[in-house]
Amino acid sequence: MKQQQKNTADFTDGYPVFTREMKKDYTILVPDMLPWHFDLLVHVMRQEGYKVEVLHNDSRAVIDEGLKHVHNDACFPALCVIGQYVNALKTGEYDLDKTAVLITQSGGGCRASNYIPLIRKALKAEFPNVPVISLNFAGLEKGNGLELNLKFLLKLAYSIYYGDLIMSFYNQTKPYEAHEGASAMARVKCLAGMKRALDDGSYKKLKRNVNFLLETFSAVEVRKEEKIKVGIVGEIYVKYSPLGNSHLEEFLLSENCEPVVPALMDFILYCVVNNVNDAKFYGLNKKSALIFRIVYRWLYKKQRKIIRLTEKHGRFEPLHDFEHLRRCADKVINQGVKMGEGWLIPAEMAALAETGTENIVCAQPFGCLPNHIAGKGAIRALRALYENENIVPVDYDPSATRVNQENRIKLMIATARENMKAKDRKTDEK
Amino acid sequence: MANLLGIDVGSTTVKVCVIRGGEVVYSSYVRHFSRVKECVLSELGKVREFGTQFRTCITGSAGLGLAQRGGICFVQEVQAAFGAIRKFYPDADAAVELGGEDAKIIFITGGTEQRMNGSCAGGTGAFIDQMATLLDITTEEMDELALSAQRVYPIASRCGVFAKSDIQPLLNQGASKADIAASIFQAVVDQTVSGLAQGRRIKGKVLFLGGPLFFLKGLRKAFVGTLGLDEAHAIFPENAPCFMSVGAAMHAVNAEEEDIFNIEDRISSAAGSDDIAVGEPLFSSREEYDEFVARHMRSDLQFEDVRKYKGEAYLGIDSGSTTTKLMLITPDNKILYSHYQTNNGQPLDIVAERLREIYRLIGSNIVIRGACVTGYGEDMMKAALKIDFGVVETMAHFKAALHFNPEVDFIIDIGGQDIKCFKVKNRAVDSIMLNEACSSGCGSFIQTFAKAMGMEIEEFSRLGLFAKRPVELGSRCTVFMNSSVKQAQKEGACVEDISAGLSSSIVKNAIYKVIRARTPEELGEHIVVQGGTFLNDAVLRSFEKETGKQVVRPAIAGLMGAFGAALYAKENTREETVISTLATEAELNVFSYSSKSVTCGGCTSRCNVNILTFSDGRRFISGNKCERGAGLKPPQDVPDIYKYKYERLRACISEEKGKRGRVGIPFQLVMYEQLPLWAEFFRTCGFGVVLSDESSRELYFRGQHTVASDTACYPAKLIHGHVESLLDKGVDFIFYPCESYNIDEHDSVNHYNCPVVAYYPELLKANNERLDSDNFVMPYLDLNHEKTAVKSLKSALKKYKLSSALIRKGLRAGMRRMAEYHEDVVMKGKEILEAAEREGRQTVILAGRPYHADPEINHGINKLLNSLGIAVLSEDAVFEEGALVKVNVLNQWTYHARLYRAAEFAARRENVNLVQLVSFGCGIDAVTTDEVRAILEKSGKLYTQIKIDEINNLGVVKIRLRSMLAAIEEQKLHKEQR
Repeated sequence: MKQQQKNTADFTDGYPVFTREMKKDYTILVPDMLPWHFDLLVHVMRQEGYKVEVLHNDSRAVIDEGLKHVHNDACFPALCVIGQYVNALKTGEYDLDKTAVLITQSGGGCRASNYIPLIRKALKAEFPNVPVISLNFAGLEKGNGLELNLKFLLKLAYSIYYGDLIMSFYNQTKPYEAHEGASAMARVKCLAGMKRALDDGSYKKLKRNVNFLLETFSAVEVRKEEKIKVGIVGEIYVKYSPLGNSHLEEFLLSENCEPVVPALMDFILYCVVNNVNDAKFYGLNKKSALIFRIVYRWLYKKQRKIIRLTEKHGRFEPLHDFEHLRRCADKVINQGVKMGEGWLIPAEMAALAETGTENIVCAQPFGCLPNHIAGKGAIRALRALYENENIVPVDYDPSATRVNQENRIKLMIATARENMKAKDRKTDEK
Repeated sequence: MANLLGIDVGSTTVKVCVIRGGEVVYSSYVRHFSRVKECVLSELGKVREFGTQFRTCITGSAGLGLAQRGGICFVQEVQAAFGAIRKFYPDADAAVELGGEDAKIIFITGGTEQRMNGSCAGGTGAFIDQMATLLDITTEEMDELALSAQRVYPIASRCGVFAKSDIQPLLNQGASKADIAASIFQAVVDQTVSGLAQGRRIKGKVLFLGGPLFFLKGLRKAFVGTLGLDEAHAIFPENAPCFMSVGAAMHAVNAEEEDIFNIEDRISSAAGSDDIAVGEPLFSSREEYDEFVARHMRSDLQFEDVRKYKGEAYLGIDSGSTTTKLMLITPDNKILYSHYQTNNGQPLDIVAERLREIYRLIGSNIVIRGACVTGYGEDMMKAALKIDFGVVETMAHFKAALHFNPEVDFIIDIGGQDIKCFKVKNRAVDSIMLNEACSSGCGSFIQTFAKAMGMEIEEFSRLGLFAKRPVELGSRCTVFMNSSVKQAQKEGACVEDISAGLSSSIVKNAIYKVIRARTPEELGEHIVVQGGTFLNDAVLRSFEKETGKQVVRPAIAGLMGAFGAALYAKENTREETVISTLATEAELNVFSYSSKSVTCGGCTSRCNVNILTFSDGRRFISGNKCERGAGLKPPQDVPDIYKYKYERLRACISEEKGKRGRVGIPFQLVMYEQLPLWAEFFRTCGFGVVLSDESSRELYFRGQHTVASDTACYPAKLIHGHVESLLDKGVDFIFYPCESYNIDEHDSVNHYNCPVVAYYPELLKANNERLDSDNFVMPYLDLNHEKTAVKSLKSALKKYKLSSALIRKGLRAGMRRMAEYHEDVVMKGKEILEAAEREGRQTVILAGRPYHADPEINHGINKLLNSLGIAVLSEDAVFEEGALVKVNVLNQWTYHARLYRAAEFAARRENVNLVQLVSFGCGIDAVTTDEVRAILEKSGKLYTQIKIDEINNLGVVKIRLRSMLAAIEEQKLHKEQR
């Protein structure tokens, strides 16, 4: 098609920009998505000189604010995040001329890349001076983001790995702990340890730190019993955020199950790989693909090392190997499905089945476009591959009642119990 | 052996059963009217005759909380049913269970699987109840009627609200209740098949469980017919209604044996939890209420005694979707007569009867100089009763509001079925907002709910006025509200609190979802509220509280449409000598009519049309999409690019056989633009190209069983049928590429396709057992990069050993064809614009996606516009005329970038307006609509959005378009006056 030589009509409204000077005296609000990861990430940002605060408000008022400020058909995560911001900004605890909000942006073909404009629109009327900061690696929103230097990025990467491990080990310990609260204590200790490592620069000592996490959690006394493992996959926000998924992890724990939550780093690796694939399949952005390839190799090497260390220790199920995830994806769906969480969802469902977690909650915001295909759409194919895979897709929505969601999850758990009994019977017969 | 006691507490009923020695010795089934605890206890009282020692287990959606708080054994209901099925019907292959709010399917053989409806699937027992209320009959009567049905109308099955907006116009058009009843049952079946089975066929020996399937023969018939089962394979167990409770009782073997009194104790002391959100009371004191009442008393009309008055009068009729309103006024606007009544599905009878009454009352003293009708039933009434004028309802309401406050700048009307809001500037309607089919949290919902509670609406609303703790019920659609209400009840909220909560929900829904206001200031200073729903003081008070403003509610709030129509009649009857054409008393006395429905054969749309034949031999035809159906010639000379595009695309297919084989192309989504490309590509490469059947509802049903996600958009769900049709044609393979990226038109940050357009082939392949990698070719492509595209095509078609050179040649030829197509569309667009300009015609850019050219997807909205005398353009014909635009959102999808530019173009042109077509479920349009609106409104243009889905009812769309045109006319008039 011919290059357009046209006048440009500007329909944009102005918005406040987060400038370098604001760094020192602005408080930056961060939505609650992954409580433990964010604890570490925020610590890193504070080291960089940002004043950051993670929001923990999760009353009904948050959702109501979201409903007021977001379009009916926009997705639930946008609604939760915006609800949290507006609700917090309305408390009067923040100086409205010295506060900013932070959001990540992926720049993919999903409507989620439009969170920033949605947030700006929502804040415009009542909080005209609150800038929205973008955290992205796609080069969007230039001049309005965080200053990312290599060291900062390194720290973030390590923090995500450590956060993933803490989340994973906690979930593997908590359901079995002999003394109520011991796992939570271990978690506190681990988080403190990692923050120390970030402070004194020893965060790069992967072996030492991973072993510290392994040992701290394996020191928790556990009862020997078999519990049903339930994997959580899906859209990135509702997968992790307790506000988004009605405290799904806690619910599973209360139902006597072990929640298995795949790592955040897998999503990041997924994003990185998509950029590499774009170059490979379509010849796009070859230069940046080179960088992405290097990043991928580096991250993957660290992941392998963590897995080796976990395996060597022997007590915990290690993180998924990303290359294995990619092979799992190939069995179900093409890696070209790269919008939203795309091929990562079926890949995780397959990988979970292969590592002994056949029961899965596939969480998605109501009407999530990519999930029509990669979530609900892939279940039939997965069941053909893994006979006992027991997947329940759950829609999250401001008005879907918790009873309704929990009843469906309970059905999945009941089936899981049946399957477990049948398996026990089989082993007994042998 | 101990007695086993199973209790199934569903959303509407309680089922109890006792098993002794493996035999079911007692079972019961009662409605609990949301008094769950009391009902369970009274039912337990009845089982004492079987002993005092029981092992007890509870199941059911409403039983969960009860079991938890009472510390009683619980089993998930599908699991309970599963256990019972295995014991009593070990040879069953599948089971379908419909309950009050849930629908479930259990696949037993061939891979056990248990499924429940998602959170957005209204079509169940509660849905049937709601529909019965709408028809003003009991469910039993509805069932009876359904058995004598002659035909089935297509009714949207996804959601209750949708179905309702399908049924209402059918009722108003005079379709028989029997046919509608059968259609409702069919809709429930379709919902179960598409929403639950999702790609799996329900076959073999099928059990049907749950109350509705047991009691409703019409529903049974629809299920058995649709699934193609014979008697031996469709099992309706005797104890179907309480089957789950049997399962629960069987599960009770795991429970401790216990004294029944103990269990009763625990249930009765089970505490309600506190985690329901509570709002402020509506009134803090009686005084506050009295002041409120006194203030609103001031807005009223005066009355004139119809028996004493002598002179002229004007009649207004508002034939609404659920209610009929009439008003007779004097030339100085005093009320001589007014009437408000629910339709009960027979609006024409009601109006005729009231007219007779009016004639009796006025005798020879009063002359009706003119009459005007508005509302859904406008056309029918006008034809049947020879009424002088018809006016679109938005205009009627506007006229009436102006009477009460000449300074009015905002009008909100909440009726039974719809919410209408207008902003007014310079005494002209500036923008119109109507609720979408999905968020119709309207008046009839309160009514339905009041009825479900066994109360009259007045009483129910009055209770809410002084509620101490109104519950927060969310502000989305009524189906969701329904479950929120149920949950609140489960948590122990009382009727007063729920009534107040419902009122405030309706208000919030209107303010935040329909008007989309962020702050109350946006609404305006002089607000007039109207519509029957606002006669409910609780709703009115909620509205004032939520907006923080004092508003005007005329005492005739429910009659504003009729009043406005009467005013319109008055204004338009100028000539002294004109005599009203309204049916005379004599004519009315012999007036009768009969209705018949047929399928119109006028064109390929095959509309279901309804023919009313009046006693004087005149006929009225409705339900037709175009004029042809009404027995008229279609307007020949009104240009329509949608028709052109559709025909131009289909003409790309040649009859050539091709030496290498036959490739099938599903004509949907991306193919509405790329068909010329792929048709030419395959022709060049030596293949014959076969196109799938034309889209239709039947085609959709053919593929419905493979639809995996029922909340995807209708265009996507239609492809399943296209694929089936190609498979049946026996093509060698079906070709359908995955394209993350669309063509780069260099006017946006990126050029993505939406996720559904990009990857739908993956879903098709995964969910259709007839597809495999051999007969379904779905390469990943980026058409902007020839090199990689050639590589990808070569490997996808490796079976045919095509050379890279040939593929490149084909691709280039194809790209040329596609460019030609695009140029043709642009040329045609120019031609249409010029012609319209010459003829002084209004032009509408019907802006959506290329695939909205499919007549089954646009439902003939283009034809409708033509019939209103408007030329139709599309976004792809004009966007290149628009400037490049910078918008607030991330502009990164090719199709959507065109929308912005088309809007920019429309904004600059006189006599050109833009109507945006949005497919229901399109998440990306949640982003684009606000932007398109902003672009248009910045230059003072009206923005109109039409949501389309599988529903093919144009009644609402027509009102919307007519309102828009009326508003444009009025704006113009004002401009000229100034």
